[in-house]
Amino acid sequence: MTKVSSDGDHPAVEARGLTKVYGENRALDGIDLTIPRGQVFGFLGPNGAGKTTTIRILATLARPSGGMVRVLGHDVLTEAQAIRARVAVTGQFASLDEDLTGYENLLILGRLQGLPRAARRERADALLAAFDLTGAAGRPVGGYSGGMRRRLDIGASLIVTPDLLFLDEPTTGLDPRSRNQVWELVRRVAAAGTTVLLTTQYLEEADQLAERIAVIDSGRIVAEGTSAQLKSRVGSSTLHIRLLDGEQRPQASQILAGALAGTVQPAADPLALSVMIATQPDATDTGRLVGHAMTRLGEAGVGIAELSLGQPSLDEAFLALTGHRTGPATTDHEEPQA
Amino acid sequence: MSTLAIPTSPAAAEDPEVPIDALLAAGRERRRAGALTASAAFGTRAMLKLRHDPKQLVDSAAIPILFTVLFTYLFGGAISGSTGDYLTDLLPGVLSMSIAIVTMYGGGRLAQDVRSGAFDRFRGLPVWRGALILGGLLSDVFRYLFASAIVLGLGLAMGYRPDGGAPGVLAAVVLVVAFGLSLSLLWAAVALAVRDSAVVLSIANAVLMPLSFASNVFVQPSTMPGWLRAFVDVNPLSHVASAARDLMNDTGDAGADVAWSLIATAVITLVCAPIALRLYGRQS
Repeated sequence: MTKVSSDGDHPAVEARGLTKVYGENRALDGIDLTIPRGQVFGFLGPNGAGKTTTIRILATLARPSGGMVRVLGHDVLTEAQAIRARVAVTGQFASLDEDLTGYENLLILGRLQGLPRAARRERADALLAAFDLTGAAGRPVGGYSGGMRRRLDIGASLIVTPDLLFLDEPTTGLDPRSRNQVWELVRRVAAAGTTVLLTTQYLEEADQLAERIAVIDSGRIVAEGTSAQLKSRVGSSTLHIRLLDGEQRPQASQILAGALAGTVQPAADPLALSVMIATQPDATDTGRLVGHAMTRLGEAGVGIAELSLGQPSLDEAFLALTGHRTGPATTDHEEPQA
Repeated sequence: MSTLAIPTSPAAAEDPEVPIDALLAAGRERRRAGALTASAAFGTRAMLKLRHDPKQLVDSAAIPILFTVLFTYLFGGAISGSTGDYLTDLLPGVLSMSIAIVTMYGGGRLAQDVRSGAFDRFRGLPVWRGALILGGLLSDVFRYLFASAIVLGLGLAMGYRPDGGAPGVLAAVVLVVAFGLSLSLLWAAVALAVRDSAVVLSIANAVLMPLSFASNVFVQPSTMPGWLRAFVDVNPLSHVASAARDLMNDTGDAGADVAWSLIATAVITLVCAPIALRLYGRQS
């Protein structure tokens, strides 16, 4: 696709032994990462895991403390301008001027990208129309809703279509409708040949968008692979059950462990427990398994109050991948800003 | 389905209006904005911010109004016997002092910028790192001219008649604004170092207040004790005020103070501009 292949030999991102130290805190503790061109790569982890720090280093906004980092074949320390010309960042926090209108924001960024007057006006109009912001174009961004802001923010990153787009938690704080809009947008951008690196706290989001996912925890990558590979380690779905009688929990636990061949975890609620169910070769098998397990519980006289089947939460995925819960980590916001 | 719009609702997903794929494909051509283009873009940004939020100009208006009116009537009678005579000496000084003081608000705003997400976006662009600062100076020029107009307008209304006429007044304003811009660079460096607008304003106040009052703006230094006179004599604001006085009142004696003012302006600029540039490019 267009110029993507011109230097396609270089991966979008190549990091070896990347570390970042803030005082005593090792925010990144030896990241090894290779992201091929032309895909959506997901960076999954809780707040404070090092996602934002990694993106800031890759986008040349922060310096690595150690290790080798190349972005699109350019070294982040010595060739920052070459990287800046080809990447765009949409941060976790709005990176727009609140007191300027949406249109003015885009025009100024267009001018900073070297677009001539007519071209930047045309581009701004087209982006606003594409992102359903034409009606709000003349209003100050300070009055935009969260979803509008996020769309404009992503639009601002596409004034010149980047070869690599960093999206730092693009849907955090958005309502489901806005989230779906952003997801669709990310798919479009990737389909047009831009490599996308997105960070997220949501397994579902990584699953929906990313071809490959790296799970990051305390500054280290603890797992990497396709969504299917990770799920086979985590379990593709989790069954949550709430019993009528807490006395029956050990019994239920035993029956479910046998019927579902999964790990049973008692929840904090004395009536509840959850089971991670391994990925089945055929998706319909999961339902069949659960049906079978319910029959067994019924035969054993275990009463059920609530039952739900869902994807594992990030917390559950973490537990499976790292052996510990995500826990109350410091948030990315608290990391020193560059 | 190669041309899909961003669906705004389930219905809109099936009814694409804008081909975003074409938009993305068309946007791959890269140009570089030169240093001047980028600075002009940031200058436009600063002026647009001023237009959307004219309250920013209140700072730049309040100080000149307060100082001109207050000091004329407060000291005028006591020092020169009449406010009219005193204005001749005072107004060029108040002009210099007012501009020097309003310079700090530019630093305050830069510190706010630095803390906003917009700063990261700007720093992530392949443009000259001085562009944001230089662009800010553009709106500073506007603010300083605005403040100068207020001081001069009030002065004329209160009876000040500059013997230097329009050319003298203009020369004085250019000199004062140039000195103000060097101070802008000083506060820009401070803002990029401390990244907190309240701290920038405190530091600027701590520097500007002694410069303003321990100067020859209000009274002749001959009445001062030796140690204070020594400070007043090296205070660059004294030289700027003297130069403005000589130019506006056409005393024919402007040469030395104009030279000293320009030297001070150049020295502050040459020291602060590289520091500000370094701090701007600093990656934490």
